[in-house]
Amino acid sequence: MATRELISTGNDLAAIAAVDAGCRFFGGYPITPSSEVMHTISDLLPAQGGTAIQMEDEIAGVAAAIGAGMAGVRTMTATSGPGISLKAENLGLAQMAEVPLVVVNVMRGGPSTGLPTRVSQGDVAQAKNPSHGDYKSITLCAGSLAECYTETVRAFNLADRFMQPVFVLLDETIGHMHGKAMLPTQEEVKAGIVPRKSFDGPAEEYFPYECEHDQPAVLNPMFQGYRYHFTGLHHDKKGFPTEEIETCRKLIQRLEDKVELHKDEIESNEEFMVDDAEFLIIAYGSVSLSAKETIRHLRAEGIKAGLFRPITLWPSPQDRMRELGQKIDKILVVELNIGQYYDEVQRATGRLDIEGLFKVNGRPISPYEIVNKVKEMI
Amino acid sequence: MAFNYDKYLRLEKMPTLWCWGCGDGVILKAFVRAIAKLGINQDDVCVVSGIGCSGRFSSYVDFNTVHTTHGRTVAFATGIKLVHPDKYVICVAGDGDALAIGGNHTIHGCRRNIDITMIIINNFIYGLTNSQTSPTTPQGMWTVSQKAGNIDPTFDTCNLAIASGASFVARESMLDPKKLEKVFVKALEHRGFACLDILSNCHINLGRKNKMASAMENLEWIDSITIPKKKYDELSAEEQLNKFPTGILKEDKEAAEYCDLYKEIIKVHQGQRKAISQDDFAKKI
Repeated sequence: MATRELISTGNDLAAIAAVDAGCRFFGGYPITPSSEVMHTISDLLPAQGGTAIQMEDEIAGVAAAIGAGMAGVRTMTATSGPGISLKAENLGLAQMAEVPLVVVNVMRGGPSTGLPTRVSQGDVAQAKNPSHGDYKSITLCAGSLAECYTETVRAFNLADRFMQPVFVLLDETIGHMHGKAMLPTQEEVKAGIVPRKSFDGPAEEYFPYECEHDQPAVLNPMFQGYRYHFTGLHHDKKGFPTEEIETCRKLIQRLEDKVELHKDEIESNEEFMVDDAEFLIIAYGSVSLSAKETIRHLRAEGIKAGLFRPITLWPSPQDRMRELGQKIDKILVVELNIGQYYDEVQRATGRLDIEGLFKVNGRPISPYEIVNKVKEMI
Repeated sequence: MAFNYDKYLRLEKMPTLWCWGCGDGVILKAFVRAIAKLGINQDDVCVVSGIGCSGRFSSYVDFNTVHTTHGRTVAFATGIKLVHPDKYVICVAGDGDALAIGGNHTIHGCRRNIDITMIIINNFIYGLTNSQTSPTTPQGMWTVSQKAGNIDPTFDTCNLAIASGASFVARESMLDPKKLEKVFVKALEHRGFACLDILSNCHINLGRKNKMASAMENLEWIDSITIPKKKYDELSAEEQLNKFPTGILKEDKEAAEYCDLYKEIIKVHQGQRKAISQDDFAKKI
């Protein structure tokens, strides 16, 4: 991989990545700590002939972005937890109508208004099921400045591959961190773009929602002679509302299976000193930076610790977590919430003896705190 | 020769779910005739509807169609329009959709003056969900959520749209389909936000409990509360009470349209002009 060096913040890198990945529309609303994504992309998009609009509220921000996605362009919104709460219903529409969209969520403390300017990972469970009903969330989580860029790029490609919203979770620490990031070149990003599929046969033979049981809809851009229907209702192969029993069942099962049966295309993890590890820390996002520092300290003291860092949080890397859970006795999940991913690790490993180190006061977890916890456990 | 609607309708979706005698079909037909009259290609039209009886409008007409969440038509349409400023984007919403849950988006669509035609089918009630109070339900009428009589003051859709900055505002009712067609033609030709308050009947869910259980009785009531703007203006304030002026209530052809303004933003960022200033607006860029 050719690389280029960029000195920037996590939020800015997400905006830069979006434009490099071919995003041409942004709809948003100001919210701390994500606003800089909108600030930056509102300069970058018009320079490319695209559009960035600050809408009247969070709901309108995502609605406009989904509208642009229906029209046929790569599209994004950015927000924080309270914004996701407001956007949830329309995110459900995008799941149901299979409209690709990237949602950057720079997490802060909650519930409600919480701690707007401080760090949290309180939106991890929300990202799995922001809207009512059955569907399979795709949620990526950046653990470094470089990943704010690369995971945003990946999110656009996954959104078009699976035709649904894809979350990129940053946290306040990563989003506002300022430093050097080694990035792929714009040419490489461009070469890696896999646009959404389209149908080019005769219009009367076009059925956007008629697809294999594990494949997404094929949605042509609007205004090109393929007139069809978007709806949040259960719909038939042409997109029209239906209550036909088998059509309804197949549709919802397909929304599940198009992701569930292709998890290998989505899963991404980092394993840091795991090979010989006798103690496993599981952490993601900015917490993984503290965890890595912790592991260096512990290793210096002769404690063989390693880090498993899921980059794709949902669907979770359950098979790999299960393997590690069978191999390593002591496991500690560290996160800035009260066990939102801990529950998933328990489920995946089938073990209830896993420990957690949680923090919900808006402050980061220091390596010192993790070292102490590990020493308590061994 | 009678107008042939077949080309513009999704006949396989008929019959509609609208009740016998509902005005929505009359409005739909007038809209289709307006599109035909202007010679607009069906591929160049996008109809965005919300939730409610009017929400099904989009599935019956053969254009690019979107059935969105409750109240959000203008927000979705804004995204579609900004990506394709040269296409026709039309919102169809009910009074509950456009003025209650979606009121904020209606206000800001008007304020931006983005080139969207918004047809608000105003039947003064929540029809699909069976007779709950809407922002336009007259005070004193029976609703299922206010059985003792509605005490909530009503919105005047057109006054709201005018105050919010829409550059084309009109009111008609489904009583006169020819006028309806004409106002749709004018609205579609207008560049800017066109907000249309189209009064319609719901004898089932408004009328039944308010002494107008037949479509005809409901229509007579609509007739009794509407009056052409010119005549309305001649009335005293007392006589104007509970009456709605019809016709074009505002038409500003000079107001800057949002997509056009955004093109200036693009020029700034592409180095083709300096940043937009307050002076530019004083001169009307």
